[in-house]
Amino acid sequence: MTKSAKAPLFTGSEWNFGLIESIDHEIARIAKEFGLDTYPNQIEVISSEQMLDAYASVGMPLMYNHWSFGKQFLANQGNYQRGQMGLAYEIVINSNPCISYLMEENSMTMQTLVIAHACYGHNSFFKGNYLFRAWTDADSIIDYLMFAKNYIAQCEEKYGIDAVEEILDAAHSLQSQGVNRYKRPVPLSADEEKHRQKEREEYIQRTLNDIWTTIPQKFRKEEKVEARFPADPEENILYFIEKHAPLLDTWQRELIRIVRKMAQYFYPQKQTKVMNEGWATFWHYTLMHELHDRGIITDGSMLEFLQSHTNVVFQPEFDDPRYSGLNPYTLGFNIFTDIKRICLDPTDEDKRWFPDFAGNQNWGEVLDYAMRNFKDESFILQYLSPKVMRDMRLFTIVSEEANNYLEVGAIHNDEGFRQLRQNLAAQYNLGNLEPNIQVYSVDAKGDRSMTLRHYRHKNCPLDNGSTNEILGHIQSLWGFDVRLESVDGEQVLETYSTSAKGGDSEAA
Amino acid sequence: MSSIIIDRRRNSKGKSTVNRERFMRRYRRQIQKAVNDAVNSRSITDTDSGEEITISRKSLSEPFFHHGEGGDRDQTHPGNKEFVTGDRFPKPKGGKGKGKGGGGGDASDSGEGLDDFAFQINRDEFLEYLFDDLELPNMVRKELKESSEFAFRRGGFTSAGAPDRLNVIRSLRGAHARRIALSGKDRKEIRALKRELREMEVSPDDTNEARAEEIKLRIKELNEKIKRLPFIDDFDLKFNNLIKVPLPSSSAVMFCVMDVSGSMTRDIKDMAKRFFFLLYMFLQRNYEKVEVVFIRHHAEAKECDEHDFFYARETGGTVVSSALTLARDIIDERYDPKKYNIYVAQASDGDNWEADSPKCSKVISEDMMKNLAYYAYVEITDRHHQNLWHEYKKLEQAHPDHFAMSHIKGPTDIYPVFRELFEKKEAMA
Repeated sequence: MTKSAKAPLFTGSEWNFGLIESIDHEIARIAKEFGLDTYPNQIEVISSEQMLDAYASVGMPLMYNHWSFGKQFLANQGNYQRGQMGLAYEIVINSNPCISYLMEENSMTMQTLVIAHACYGHNSFFKGNYLFRAWTDADSIIDYLMFAKNYIAQCEEKYGIDAVEEILDAAHSLQSQGVNRYKRPVPLSADEEKHRQKEREEYIQRTLNDIWTTIPQKFRKEEKVEARFPADPEENILYFIEKHAPLLDTWQRELIRIVRKMAQYFYPQKQTKVMNEGWATFWHYTLMHELHDRGIITDGSMLEFLQSHTNVVFQPEFDDPRYSGLNPYTLGFNIFTDIKRICLDPTDEDKRWFPDFAGNQNWGEVLDYAMRNFKDESFILQYLSPKVMRDMRLFTIVSEEANNYLEVGAIHNDEGFRQLRQNLAAQYNLGNLEPNIQVYSVDAKGDRSMTLRHYRHKNCPLDNGSTNEILGHIQSLWGFDVRLESVDGEQVLETYSTSAKGGDSEAA
Repeated sequence: MSSIIIDRRRNSKGKSTVNRERFMRRYRRQIQKAVNDAVNSRSITDTDSGEEITISRKSLSEPFFHHGEGGDRDQTHPGNKEFVTGDRFPKPKGGKGKGKGGGGGDASDSGEGLDDFAFQINRDEFLEYLFDDLELPNMVRKELKESSEFAFRRGGFTSAGAPDRLNVIRSLRGAHARRIALSGKDRKEIRALKRELREMEVSPDDTNEARAEEIKLRIKELNEKIKRLPFIDDFDLKFNNLIKVPLPSSSAVMFCVMDVSGSMTRDIKDMAKRFFFLLYMFLQRNYEKVEVVFIRHHAEAKECDEHDFFYARETGGTVVSSALTLARDIIDERYDPKKYNIYVAQASDGDNWEADSPKCSKVISEDMMKNLAYYAYVEITDRHHQNLWHEYKKLEQAHPDHFAMSHIKGPTDIYPVFRELFEKKEAMA
């Protein structure tokens, strides 16, 4: 390929479908040279109103109906119309083919950027990262959504909107407790879902009875076998309710299952925010420069791109009024960029820290490995380099309940690097961020009440208001009283309960 | 592997419509309350705009398990300037500080922010919530019983009619069908003959020339026969049928009657105005055309325009019957009760010349009531009721379905009173 032999593909800011097609073609070719492995792309141009619609339904092209999406829509619409919120340039969906939305308002340069970012950056991440491979089935998500939407619509027709809403509200509040953090799930499959759903209905009802038939055999004298049910605490509360709640109808179980499956589908995205955005940003940056180097886009486009890229990776400092935590785009982009630098031009420090790949000229391979085999927490733990920590001037603030002061922990110096990196990694560990709540026991022989346990991490308590509200939701699904014990080790520190009686135990 | 590029801009934008409706449905009560509150604070002439609805965020929370305040936390931040390990600061008060406080970094987006949730509804939705569950008194009966106008509507087809109502498509379709039906036998024969002819052509050796000639002739003959079938027959003609349907009267006239004597203060007038405004909006929603007649009166009555009605001030005694007789005369003159649904809304502070009240009652019950759809009287005063009120009480008993009265003390009463007057009366059946 001869450099600058080509005239740029476009000079103005107006886009058209022909241009999008040719620029996509160019990007695809360069991406291939870099070894990016992607699903086929389906690029859809939409208007801003449609973007608002997409926002409201968690970005999915189709979604079941629920008031909360309407609320989301009204909120976004209001903010957008008042000019308080810009819309994202794109939305990209983990599906095969990989669907990306482009806004019609974007300039041609922006469309190019978005294609590079979404259609080749995110797309290759979805296809390559182990979490997505294990947890989601890109081939069938759209079919599954279709199934879910239709099924829920049928339920609404059959049982009324209110009845469906009640279940969905309750299930939504437990979304974060609807995934198996450790067990590897079976990926979604729409065909099978539909096919087996009938079968499942019958099966569930049967197994349910198995559990509950052991209940009140009249006055039969049994020696107290303290067989706890469930035998081991169950982390997936939604799953537990779906399988074991005594009073739910089968359609209600199916609704819970749908919410659970959706939570599972989104779970990898929650765990790879830094990596996913960092990866996509790294690639749009790389691809855009390559396009420019080859004379496919003009200097003017490049300037426009750089400005918007700078906005994307802008990281306000902690004392800036705009500061609201670390920008995942910045952090991820910095780490990936630095991996490349360490490969090509390592310093002595890098060689000490990253003996495995420092100086490995094949940076593409190193990056690819990092993208495939990590999630945010482990990725940071593995790849966050002293240089990035230094450049971002990271530091940790330690807040302990017992102290009435805050203390500066590790900072970006030689003594602090390792600790700082651990701290930051822990900050992206969902297990720490989200309360660890599990189904501890069910009083199967007594009042059927369910006890949940919150295993405290670093002594962090639950938020009282929302916890009580959610217990109400769980009770409506479970059908009997629900208690929640917040424990540290075996010591119960706090008890929430749906029954007045349970409330007393707090004093005990 | 090339990408597919799709233009979705033509697709509907209304994907969120259903969800929006769900939301409105769920929070109907709150929205209704917000609308009711809005009525009182809203400019009276503003009938076209929607309204911003505000609901407390608390009631629409979507809870999820999250950590509260407390516990031990490490937070890593960017942009260190002069801190070194071991530096200490007092904890920020309240603990919710986002910045460097380890306090509540992730609790702050918990959806419990106390600010309210605000969104726009459009005019139609505004009116719908405003007038939800209200019914127009006696409208149905008016529509069915007394309509004197008729309209012609298309209703099926007939085989006789004026030429200008000829339905060409139906007629030709009929003709076509008839031709198919009548020529069926002949065409069948033609097909058979033609087949025979083709077979002969395939095997020319044993072709019977004479037979072929005969067949050709027969085909020609049959074709001519078919051609002779008339293309269109009287029998085929179909005409659009028009049927006469009674036309419900879709216009209404609303008489606003108000006392403008010196005892009516500006505040009272404003309240009256709001009441009239509500009634007007309500009628507008139910009828295609609503006319408004303003009648103001003190010792004598005058028809006037809206501005004078609300803003002119005159002094004098108060003779309510003067306004009523004027209204009666206007009805007789301009508004045929068969064509109009007639509403009268009267607002007053209750003052009337002592001997006049019985006369009012007489005018209403003897001359007007038979023509009216509804008579609503609101008394805006914080004093004791006077003779007019007592006189009207009797009317209310005599005409429970067509006469309503109510008492407004302050601006906040207006909408509740309006609702009360027009509430759906389920027991009436």
